[in-house]
Amino acid sequence: MLQFQNYVRAQSLEQAYTLNQNRRARVLGGMLWLRTEGGTAGTAIDLSALGLDTIERTGEGWAIGAMVSLRTLERHPELNAMTGGAFAKALAPIVGVQFRNLATVGGSVWGRFGFSDVLTLLLALDAEVELYHAGRIPLAQFAELAPDRDILVRVLVPDAPVKLDYQAARIARTDLPLLTCAAALPQDAPPRLIIGARPMRAMPVADAQGILSAGLTPEAIRAFADYAAGAVPTGTNSRGSAEYRTHLVKVLTTRALGGLIQ
Amino acid sequence: MTITIQLNGRPVTAEVSPDTLLLDFVRAHGCASVKCGCETAGCGLCTVFLDDVPVLSCSVLAARADGHSVTTLEGLQDEAAEFVGFIADQGADQCGFCNPGFVMNTIALLRDNPDPTDEEIRSYLAGNLCRCSGYEGQLRGIRSFLNSRKEGAQ
Ligand SMILES: Cc1cc2nc3c(=O)[nH]c(=O)nc-3n(C[C@H](O)[C@H](O)[C@H](O)COP(=O)(O)OP(=O)(O)OC[C@H]3O[C@@H](n4cnc5c(N)ncnc54)[C@H](O)[C@@H]3O)c2cc1C
Ligand code: FES
Ligand code: FES
Repeated sequence: MLQFQNYVRAQSLEQAYTLNQNRRARVLGGMLWLRTEGGTAGTAIDLSALGLDTIERTGEGWAIGAMVSLRTLERHPELNAMTGGAFAKALAPIVGVQFRNLATVGGSVWGRFGFSDVLTLLLALDAEVELYHAGRIPLAQFAELAPDRDILVRVLVPDAPVKLDYQAARIARTDLPLLTCAAALPQDAPPRLIIGARPMRAMPVADAQGILSAGLTPEAIRAFADYAAGAVPTGTNSRGSAEYRTHLVKVLTTRALGGLIQ
Repeated sequence: MTITIQLNGRPVTAEVSPDTLLLDFVRAHGCASVKCGCETAGCGLCTVFLDDVPVLSCSVLAARADGHSVTTLEGLQDEAAEFVGFIADQGADQCGFCNPGFVMNTIALLRDNPDPTDEEIRSYLAGNLCRCSGYEGQLRGIRSFLNSRKEGAQ
């Protein structure tokens, strides 16, 4: 269990950012991942009094505060309506209700965890992140960066009609996923496919050969699933082998893209 | 640092360290039903309500709960008494260690969704682990409580 020397409930983002420039400080999200770190940290910076626990509609889309719980996101009526229930489907298998009431969007995205359902889903929605210091950057770019000492303020999801299908394979309910897969069909752009828990971080699978350019037919989907299995690097860990995951890439890609045409 | 938490309806003011867990705080203040069953935020045994929302007290700093209200099973005896007998009747409790967390989360479920389907029950209680049973007895117990409540209402 991680120990702290000080606790500060930040009164402004400026204060939180300044405190966080000390290498021994830790920003608190839901603390679920953080607590598993051992050792002693300096200041625990609590963002819970900054009003970052709301999901708001802006001119361009949805602004999801860093302190919004995964449970709130999972149950958000409009985001689920916009995505055919993909938020509920992707997030509900994460540990349990009490856990998701604590786990935050900010901590989940900041962590850039390889196994992340959250990252897989938000990448499929072409989200951006708003950082206190670095400003707005695409989530796809943020996901590649190593953690620095910035503060994640919000996740921005465009309010554009999109069909979405989310798939994940688990050995047992509530366990970490073996593989995650999200397929999105924006109204006026080609389909997007994201594969995560490879077990490395989620990545987009570009349709470099234009396999889907003539439309999402069952044949094209099968061909693209074969292509994805070849294009997505997978690895072995205690939950499964690279070969098994590559097989799952094919199966989940077929299901997710198939879900878009139902 | 000094914090004040409304614990089961009464204000408790105490000195805590910056890293005191809410779990240890409530146990130090007479709420021994709240237990620690794992190191990975995965068992649900430490469930309390923080401002009426079920959370894992092993993963919340007492300092973060300063100024908020916390409810444990000690404060919910009447609400628990409505259904625990139905679960006991199914022989679901074996060693009983998981029971307090399980009862707390069942209360949360029934407040949120008074007439859940079996799948809704399973999904809401999925974060409460029981090392002895196969969960079927608990499910049957909740189902028979819901049935008897419906019959009572007719
Ligand atoms: C046992 C277990 C099982 C899990 N299973 C799954 C699963 O199946 N699927 C899945 O998708 N996820 C899973 N997760 C991950 C979980 O959903 C959360 O993503 C994770 O706990 C981090 O969220 P948190 O709010 O707890 O963040 P914390 O643990 O508080 O923080 C994580 C990191 O982010 C930093 N941080 C937090 N907020 C900010 C911010 N606003 N700005 C800058 N830095 C910040 C912290 O300093 C820390 O370094 C699991 C986690 C655990 C512990
Ligand atoms: S002690 Fe296991 S979840 Fe809190
Ligand atoms: S009855 Fe023993 S842990 Fe559930």
